[in-house]
Amino acid sequence: MKRAAVLLGLLVAIAACGGGPGGGAAKASLGDIKIGALFPLSGSVASSGTDALHGVELAADVLNGKYPNIDLPKLTVGKIVIDSADTQGDAQVGEADVDRLVNSDKVVALTGAFQSAVTVTASQRAERLAVPMVNGSSSSTALTERGFKWFWRVGPSDRTFADTYFKWLKSIEKDHPVKRMVVINENDQFGNDGQKVIGELAPQYNVQIVDNIVYPFNATDLTSQVQKMRGDNPDAVFVFAFINDLTLLMKTMAQLNYTPPVMLGFGAGFVDPKFVPNLGSKTEYATTRAAWSLEIGQKNAVAKAIADAFRQKYGQDMTENSARDFEAMMVLGGAIESAGSTDPAKIQRALNKTNITRTIMPWKGIKFDGRGQNELASGVIQQMTGGQYHVLYPTEVASAKVTWPIPPLSSR
Amino acid sequence: MQEVVQAVVSGLLIGAIYALVAVGLTLIFGVMDIVNFAHGNFLMAAMYVAFFAWALARLDPLAGIPIAAAALGVLGVVVYRLVIRPVLKGPPLSQIIVTFGLLVLLQGAAQLLFSADERGIPHPLSDLFALRLGGIAAGGPQLMAAAGAVLATGVVWWFVSRTEWGAALSAVAQDSGAARLMGIDPDRVHLLAWAIGGASVGVAGALLMSFFTVSPTAGANFGLVAFVVVSLGGFGSLRGALLAGLALGVVQDLVGLWLPAYGFAAIFALYLAVVLLRPQGLFGSR
Repeated sequence: MKRAAVLLGLLVAIAACGGGPGGGAAKASLGDIKIGALFPLSGSVASSGTDALHGVELAADVLNGKYPNIDLPKLTVGKIVIDSADTQGDAQVGEADVDRLVNSDKVVALTGAFQSAVTVTASQRAERLAVPMVNGSSSSTALTERGFKWFWRVGPSDRTFADTYFKWLKSIEKDHPVKRMVVINENDQFGNDGQKVIGELAPQYNVQIVDNIVYPFNATDLTSQVQKMRGDNPDAVFVFAFINDLTLLMKTMAQLNYTPPVMLGFGAGFVDPKFVPNLGSKTEYATTRAAWSLEIGQKNAVAKAIADAFRQKYGQDMTENSARDFEAMMVLGGAIESAGSTDPAKIQRALNKTNITRTIMPWKGIKFDGRGQNELASGVIQQMTGGQYHVLYPTEVASAKVTWPIPPLSSR
Repeated sequence: MQEVVQAVVSGLLIGAIYALVAVGLTLIFGVMDIVNFAHGNFLMAAMYVAFFAWALARLDPLAGIPIAAAALGVLGVVVYRLVIRPVLKGPPLSQIIVTFGLLVLLQGAAQLLFSADERGIPHPLSDLFALRLGGIAAGGPQLMAAAGAVLATGVVWWFVSRTEWGAALSAVAQDSGAARLMGIDPDRVHLLAWAIGGASVGVAGALLMSFFTVSPTAGANFGLVAFVVVSLGGFGSLRGALLAGLALGVVQDLVGLWLPAYGFAAIFALYLAVVLLRPQGLFGSR
């Protein structure tokens, strides 16, 4: 009886301490809140995957109050703990990772998985387990067209990006008319879906897609692909490629003495941290769509502070991938804060009500449509000059004029 | 027509590399009946040696060839002594498992030491020239790689067929017990096979660095092709490896001309066809 009384006293004391130093009516602390982060941390896309994970980690630091001077929301209901998983760039591994993170590690929500092909299977699993998954940098349009209830995408889809490309092409058609285009893409979700979306949009802009050239992942030789492209003789080429294949593609073009009038990339290899180190001056005049860039970051005080913190922490510049995944984690953190709970259903409701205007992105904000797609996300078009990307479009944020046709790859 | 000729030329160039990668594999198999599943990762290690010779000492990949060949020759010897020799007396299954374990180990070690970044050499010396003949183009790096591959394969073939040591290799391959009675030490011959196998894949890795990037998984697809080359050319046949490598390169690029997504798959389709019609390979006698 006496022992029971002591135990009761102890419990009361512990409960009182839990109230915090203020002792007032503070929010209940949820303690450590585990978030599962799925990225390709090994395999040929690992440099991009690690970069994206860094974005998530930095967002967790911001949410946890490590950067009190940066004007972004902080988490008061608990502390975010990132539980990262290596998908190896493999759709099946990504799916198994979700099972492990949710069932064994007890994460309350998920973010990732960078490659659209992996995000497809990982989000299917999350949907079945009824766990929220907030994605930053997978752009395959199909991801938010599946009617999922537990998947949200913060960044633009490839439909948005492709539309931005076509609008830009329209705006410069007087100087650079484009009638015939070729799409070259990897045979995966990202590439095939992107190729499909372009095929759907092109007729609206009076552009003919004369050829869809596909290559296998981790290709050992891209000669025939470049040969086909040369035979097609297009006015411009759309490229969907991760860093290893993009390196081989551009070197093969140089060696076969073929340079298309302009190469329009869809992120991935074009924004990989290894793009410039691996290809040197061949990267000059490469054009890509982007959701974010250092240059845009400089125009927004919060984005600049985050980009500086990123550079200081990881020793390399933030990219559009790390920026989008940073934003995905911030959205997830914001939803947990307003839900005040780790109950998946409550986080789900909070995510659906997301309405953020203060971001590091050049968008009007973040607000999800009925399918989980951020309807305010948009893209920019940029071209590499002097080892740095400069914005070409939209005109109001542009800082450079396009170089078109680009100088031959074989001479540099 | 020009496209077809170009595809054949490009196919021959990449095919020569396929052949050189396969030479080490077929040699070790021919002498010891051991399939080295880690062979693709030997190539990856060689590519790292060439990359770091450039990154640390600004040595062009062409100048890195002897370094990569020596390093991989040593790796071959070390692997034989530490990993292969202890399981030689075990059941065949343990030999398969041990080289498979080596594959995982090498890949993991590379990731731990060098991270998973794709690393490449932006402006190799061989970039400075290219061959252009009536619309047919062949890049400098590919030409150098192919010439180096044919030369290296030739040197290995000469060594095996024209020298006393080479005769010892053939003797052990045919009948290890009889070779021992003739005064040949099979252990030293095995060691030699691993050293040559390592060195030849070392040359291939350095040649590839002029136009490929390296990461811990860089050897995977080349390793796979090497297995097809070896089984197509006949296990243990160097001449077969060279011809099969060239043939696969041409098939890949010709099929790729019409079906770009299936060029690489055509390699494996051809393999299936050969396995069904001529299981011993084109030049094999087993």
